[in-house]
Amino acid sequence: MPETGLEFSKEPTEVAVSIRNLSKSFNDVEVLRDVNLEVKKGDVVTILGSSGSGKSTLLRCINWLEQPERGSIHIAGERIGVTDEGRAMSVKALARVRAKTGMVFQSFNLWPHLNVLHNVTEAPIHVLGKSRHEAEAHARELLDKVGMSHKADAYPNTLSGGQKQRVAIARALAMQPEVMLFDEPTSALDPELVGEVLAVIKSLSAEGYTMVIVTHEMSFARSVSDQVVFLEKGLIIEQADPETFFTNASTERVRKFLERNK
Amino acid sequence: MNNWQILWQARDQFWSGFLSTMTIFGVSISAAFVIGCVMLYLLEGSRSRTTILLRIFIDGMRMLPFLILAYLLYYGLPSLGIRLNAWWSGVGALAAYHGCYFAEIFRGTRLTFPPGQVEAAKAHGFTKGKMFLRLILPQIIMQTRPLLGNQLIYALKDTAFLVIITVQELTAAANSLSGTYFIPTEAFIVVIGCYWAVSIVMEVIIKQCGRFSTKRGFDNA
Repeated sequence: MPETGLEFSKEPTEVAVSIRNLSKSFNDVEVLRDVNLEVKKGDVVTILGSSGSGKSTLLRCINWLEQPERGSIHIAGERIGVTDEGRAMSVKALARVRAKTGMVFQSFNLWPHLNVLHNVTEAPIHVLGKSRHEAEAHARELLDKVGMSHKADAYPNTLSGGQKQRVAIARALAMQPEVMLFDEPTSALDPELVGEVLAVIKSLSAEGYTMVIVTHEMSFARSVSDQVVFLEKGLIIEQADPETFFTNASTERVRKFLERNK
Repeated sequence: MNNWQILWQARDQFWSGFLSTMTIFGVSISAAFVIGCVMLYLLEGSRSRTTILLRIFIDGMRMLPFLILAYLLYYGLPSLGIRLNAWWSGVGALAAYHGCYFAEIFRGTRLTFPPGQVEAAKAHGFTKGKMFLRLILPQIIMQTRPLLGNQLIYALKDTAFLVIITVQELTAAANSLSGTYFIPTEAFIVVIGCYWAVSIVMEVIIKQCGRFSTKRGFDNA
């Protein structure tokens, strides 16, 4: 590969995630088709779309839980999954880049054998190599932030869904990620527990965290986003600021979707 | 002097047999546990040639009578130029045999391990080895606890087979005393008592460990 100087590997630092020409299929079904998306540092981008539109797949490509066939993803200027020479990254290198993202799952996926505090400190200690003392101090701060510090010694099986999800958010934040990825964070929750989780996510946006959120909560998306993206059959068919998106969408498909999801 | 008094006088022989059994059991079961964990790790991930060969090996061992394996190691290996004494043959056979059982117990539970937890670990930057050691293995052990307890008792009982390849353990001690003084009933009753006592102690310990996993929601003991 020819030497092209600095611009070859360096993205402008204010871009947290840059997705270019991303395509992905499962067997013969194309789930993502030539997706381009840029997430600026400090921005909140929500991804909307009906089931099977590819929105979760897009999110899972960002931290390489799914491997796209074509295209590239950079996280804070560093390409994930593929080395500069175009080969698949080593497991170690991939783990290092992945650690720049924090992910919150629909089904929480806490580690049940560890208590709340240790769920949050596990990766900082054993992936980032922080000292236990430092990791625990940081974890207590984060648990405080999500309103879960009183449950630090509890085990996940004793928590409600909303509490589990708030711990999962603290766990992801503990990695001090460049970007937080939320994969339908409230879809597995009882309706009365949705609010507490959305409130936490909102408070994070106020603090300037960069976030990419897949959600079905329209009013939440409207109030929290800097940018809304609508996926349909693997294509981004609408991308706008929330005001424009929710009041003045340019495509018929989006207007229908919003009508049905009022 | 009645038969029990004879046994009491020969208590040193029992005691050294008992210690020998416990040493053999302790060493072989620890090795078997490690072997089971290593095999589980090697079975992680996609179906490769290694995993297929390993599965065949595990199943082959499980379908083998333990005594045949002990015979094979003690009497068969010398023809390949490998000479192990009776003790090491016995310990080796126990470790390999029960290691495969451990692996199979672990594997069965690993199949039901929630994939979401593995994804969460990957998303948090865990590599395969650390993920296995820190997140998967501890949970598998907690979940398989009752089965492991059962397997420990099997392994303890299997140590008695080693008398046949001349290992001087508890059953061998009883055998020799019953031959010398012709008091088989009493001698073997003592041995049964010993095996029961050790098994009961293990059962209690394993049960107590259950508190640890119940607290974490793994079982409802």
